[in-house]
Amino acid sequence: MAAALPLGPVTASRARRRHRLRVLAFMSPWLVGFSLFFAYPLAATVYFSFFRYNLFQLQPIGLTNYRFLFKDPYAWTAIKNTLWLVVVMVPLRVLFGLGLAQLLTKIKRGGTILRSVFYLPFLIPPVAATVAFVFVVNPGTGPINGIAGKIGIHLPDWFNDPTWTKPGLTLLALWGIGDVMIILLASLLDVPKSLYEAAAIDGANAWQQFRRITLPTISPVLMFSAVTGVIQTLQYFTQAMVAANASQGNADQAGTTTAPGYPDGASLTFPQTLYNEGFQQFNMGYACVLALVLFAVAMFFTLILLRQFHAFGDDD
Amino acid sequence: MTGTTVAVRRSPVLSPRRAGGRRQRRRRRLYWIATHAIAIALAIMFLAPLIFMFITAVMSSNETLTGGLWPRSWHWENFGQALTTDNGVMVRWLVNTLIYAVLATVFMLVSSVPVAYALARFRFRGRKPAFVLVITTMMLPPQVTIVPLYIMWARFQLTGTLWPLIIPMLFGDAFSIFLLRQFLVTIPKEYADAARVDGCGEVGTMLRVILPMARPAIAAVALFQFFYAWNDYFGPLIYTKPESWTLAVGLSTFRAAHHVEWNLTMAATLLTVLPVMIVFFLAQRVFIQGVTLTGVKG
Repeated sequence: MAAALPLGPVTASRARRRHRLRVLAFMSPWLVGFSLFFAYPLAATVYFSFFRYNLFQLQPIGLTNYRFLFKDPYAWTAIKNTLWLVVVMVPLRVLFGLGLAQLLTKIKRGGTILRSVFYLPFLIPPVAATVAFVFVVNPGTGPINGIAGKIGIHLPDWFNDPTWTKPGLTLLALWGIGDVMIILLASLLDVPKSLYEAAAIDGANAWQQFRRITLPTISPVLMFSAVTGVIQTLQYFTQAMVAANASQGNADQAGTTTAPGYPDGASLTFPQTLYNEGFQQFNMGYACVLALVLFAVAMFFTLILLRQFHAFGDDD
Repeated sequence: MTGTTVAVRRSPVLSPRRAGGRRQRRRRRLYWIATHAIAIALAIMFLAPLIFMFITAVMSSNETLTGGLWPRSWHWENFGQALTTDNGVMVRWLVNTLIYAVLATVFMLVSSVPVAYALARFRFRGRKPAFVLVITTMMLPPQVTIVPLYIMWARFQLTGTLWPLIIPMLFGDAFSIFLLRQFLVTIPKEYADAARVDGCGEVGTMLRVILPMARPAIAAVALFQFFYAWNDYFGPLIYTKPESWTLAVGLSTFRAAHHVEWNLTMAATLLTVLPVMIVFFLAQRVFIQGVTLTGVKG
C-alpha cells in the first residue's frame, strides 16, 4: 500500500501520455492532410491574391487583382448566373424532391421499383448525363424535342439559346434529383404514424396533415437539403461546362471553349471563370481573388449548416 | 414496371377496408388512380433519356441525323467501335479511371477509418473543433484551394498525372471521415470496453470488434469514393493531360472528336454509365442506407 502511493501519479501521467500519443497516431493522417491540402493552400490563396502570377513570374501588385474584380465583365456575368441557379434551381430541386418523396410514400406496390427509377439518373456520371441530355433535347435530331414537335409542342433550342440554357440545366438537375429525394423520403418515413392517425380522427384533411404534421417534422431535413443544395450550386461546374462544349460541338480540347459560357455567357458559372482565369489564361493571382470570393460565400452557408448540426444535438 | 401492373390488378381488394360510405370509397379510388398515374408518367419521363440513349447508340450514323425513334437496323458493333476508335483511346481512359478510382478508394479507407474511429471513440481536447473542421472542409468547394494546390503539384512535377488526385487520399477524406464517424458513434461503447477487458489493444479493438460491425458504413463510403472518382471531372480536367485522361474528361471531348457521330458518342456514354449501374443494382441497399445516413443524422 505504502509503495503504491507514489506510483499512482506516475502511472496516471504515463497513461495520459499514452492516451495522447494514441489520439495523435489515429488522427495523424487527417492532421497532415488538413494542413497540407487545406490550411496551407488556403493561406497561399490569400498570399497569391496580392500578386500577378503566371507560374513563372511572381510580381507584387497590391490590390490590383481585387480592383479588377469590380471591372471584370466575365466575373459579373458568372455571379449573376450562379445567383440565378441558387435562386431558381435549388428551391425547385427541394420542392420536386419533396413531391417525389411524398408520392412514393403513397405507393404501396411497386414503390421500390419506382424509387430506383427516380434515383437512377442521379447515379449517371455528370459528364455522361449532360452529354446524353444535350443530345435527347437538341432541336434538330433529339428524340424528345422530336416527339414534342409531333404532338404540337414547340420546345426551345435549350443549349444554344441564351434564355433557355439555365432552364435547360435546371431540367437536367431535376432529372438527377435522386439524392434529395432519398433523404427526404427517409425523413418522411420517420414521421410517426400515430400523429397522422390522431389528426385523421380529429378530421384534418390531407393538406392540413401535410401542413401541420409533415412539414414541421421534416423541416430540419428540408433546411439541410436546401443549404447543401446552395453549397453544391456554388461549385456548379461540370454540367455547365460540358453542356456548353457538347452543344457548341467545336471544342477540340477538354475544357476549352472559344467563348466562355456558350451561348453568349449564359452558362458561365463562377467556378468556371475561376478555371478560365487560373488554368486557361494563367492569371493565377486573379484566380485566387475569385477563389476567396467563393470561399467567403460558401463559408457563410457552411456556418448556417454547422449551427444546424448544433440544433440536431449532434455534438454530444 | 411489372410490379406496378400487379398493383393495379390486386389493389381494389385491399383498399376499401372500412365501410366508409360509397362516396368516400370512390374518392379514395380516384385518389389512388391519380397518384399511380402521376407516378408512372414521371417514371417514363425519368427513363426516357436513358432509353433514347440506348436506341441512338445502336443506330447507324446516318439514322441518328433523321431524328428517328426506333432503329431500322441494329448496330451492336457501335459499342465495339466506340471502344476501339482512335487506337482504343477509350480503353486507356477506362484503365486510367480504374487506377484513380481503385487507388483513391483503398487509400481513403486506410487513412479515414482511424480518424473517424478517434473522433467517435476517444475523448480528447480539440475533438469538437476537429470535427467542425472536418465538416467545413467537406462542405467547401474544391475550387477554393485549387490554385496553390496546382502550383504545389507542379513543383513536385506531378501535374499531367493522376497522382495529385490519388495521393491526398492517403491523408483522410473529410466526407468519408464524417460519414464513418456518424455511424461509429451509434455503436454502443460496451463492445469496445469488453474487448479491452479481454486484453485487446486499441488497434485490435478497432480492427477486430468495431470495424466488422461498421461494415455497412465502410461499404457505403468505399462505394461513394469509387463513384466520386469515377464521376470526377474537375480534378482530372485540372491535372491530367490526354495520356492520363479519365473517362469523364475523355467523354466530354468525344463528340467533338467524332464530329456528329451521335451513335458512337451515345455508345461511349452508355459504356461509361454501365459499370456504375451494375454496381448500384448489386449494392442498392448499402447505397441508400449510406445516403440517408449523410442526410438524416445531420
